[in-house]
Amino acid sequence: MENTVIKSKNFNAYFGDNHVVKNVNIEIPKNHVIAVMGPSGCGKTTYLRCINRMHELIPGATSNGEMDLNGENVYDMHPIFVRLKIGMVFQRPNPFPNLSIHDNVIAGYKLNGIKLHKDDRERIVEHSLKRVALWNEVKDSLTKKGSFLSGGQQQRLCIARAVAMEPEVLLFDEPTSALDPISTSTVEELFHELKTNYTLIIVTHNMQQAARVSDRTAFFYMGELVEYDDTKQMFTNPKDSRTQNYITGRFS
Amino acid sequence: MSETFKKDAITLNEESLGVIDSKKTAESLSARALKRSGGQIRMEGFFKKMLILMGLIMVILVFGILITLIVESMPSIKVLGMRYLWGRTWDPVQDIYGAFPFLLGTLLTSFLALIISIPFSISVAIFLGEYFPKGWFSSFLKNTVELIAAVPSVIYGFWGLAVLVPIVRTFQSKIGVPPLGVGIFTASLILAVMIIPYAASLGRSVIQMVPSSLKEGAYALGATRWEVIRSVIIPYTKSGLFAGILLSLGRALGETMAVTMVIGNTSHLPTSIFSPGNTMASVIANEFTEADNPIYLSALIELGLVLFLVTTVVNMIGKKVIGRFTNE
Repeated sequence: MENTVIKSKNFNAYFGDNHVVKNVNIEIPKNHVIAVMGPSGCGKTTYLRCINRMHELIPGATSNGEMDLNGENVYDMHPIFVRLKIGMVFQRPNPFPNLSIHDNVIAGYKLNGIKLHKDDRERIVEHSLKRVALWNEVKDSLTKKGSFLSGGQQQRLCIARAVAMEPEVLLFDEPTSALDPISTSTVEELFHELKTNYTLIIVTHNMQQAARVSDRTAFFYMGELVEYDDTKQMFTNPKDSRTQNYITGRFS
Repeated sequence: MSETFKKDAITLNEESLGVIDSKKTAESLSARALKRSGGQIRMEGFFKKMLILMGLIMVILVFGILITLIVESMPSIKVLGMRYLWGRTWDPVQDIYGAFPFLLGTLLTSFLALIISIPFSISVAIFLGEYFPKGWFSSFLKNTVELIAAVPSVIYGFWGLAVLVPIVRTFQSKIGVPPLGVGIFTASLILAVMIIPYAASLGRSVIQMVPSSLKEGAYALGATRWEVIRSVIIPYTKSGLFAGILLSLGRALGETMAVTMVIGNTSHLPTSIFSPGNTMASVIANEFTEADNPIYLSALIELGLVLFLVTTVVNMIGKKVIGRFTNE
């Protein structure tokens, strides 16, 4: 596949002796939205957290196999560098409660001790907030704490925080599961706009969401990558019986 | 693999049957509850009254102590007035009672001890709360630090006399101050050791309560562990850390035995941190049995009252500061 950004080869992940991601092979093309779906405990979130090496932060968590970012194994790079290249948005909005909205957007720079010129700082904040369609809502209250925003706004702030670092890939771990339906659709609309600049990998247990937002879908079941195909193809004509059972709602 | 799904489906059915069963049990339970004797309901009222009574006793005790202190120190307050607080001479033989050297001694030893102990207690809190919350070494360190609080203070006094005083004496002769060994500085060192566990264990528990989502958010932005501690954990826990430090300050203000053994027990105003001195608690412990006239006795009790008020004020300021941290 041309323009592959993320490529896994025989990738495995473990919690202690528990084998949670089993021999996954996948190629993720640039500037696409990839949905990763599957029932609870199927290893989809663990797989996502392996991409930017968040998995290894948990004591006892290990992995092996190849996980390439633009042809270079991320497990040969420094984890800090990997996480700067691959941003992440979590299940629950987690803006830093002690920082203002403005400072939350540039939190990545602050955390990494990168000094920004004032003009650059303002430009990054405005650009990132515009990117996530939050600028008009918060431009007059940038000095307020991020925790004053609604859940959906907080989640968009977290996306802005990730976008501000100009990563290549954005990982989303069930980004709308803590949000109301209106905020959910706002975030979903964002995915379409964000994919012009980034590659998006979205873990979701919501099949409708996967169908709505993604170009390609990966279906995980019991740690295995069962099927990986064009979203339309997957939902209309699944090849594997397990995929079919899942999308027809025979188990969840 | 499709067999697994069938199995799943069967378990689901069994579960839904289970739901019906539990409904039946619930019905029979509520029927039994109705038949229950009134005795249990009377017990409920009795229990509530007991709780209120116990709470009231605590309040009465604290105010009782305060009132006793005020009443007993009345003679000294009437005779000495404000001279008592600012007087620099304490000479019971001449009936001159000025508590300022002891007030200064208490504040000096406590704050010095606090400054010495903070780096240790915060480090231990971060180590146990974030770096190594589990494992044999972590629980060994945690228990050891907690043991510091359990050791009777007279033992610290002994240790101070036997070990710390000679060391301080050597140090003092090196830097050219009178090598007494005992004094404000030695007392502060002992106190610093004694108060570490208070700030450390409260700090550890607030650090463990930092939501992992916040830490992960910072890690995902490429932060290192030190950056997470500095920019996420410490700002998030600062009111808890401060509360722990305040708790240890309260402990230091009132500590008596260990301090009295190494502070030198003079009534002179301390001129430097190396000079001998005395604290309010230590003076009370030393002189209470010798107080042979009513004013002397009353002056000592007034010392207790001042100590009571100082600790209360420190606590109140602390609560205010914690409130401000939390509101931010």
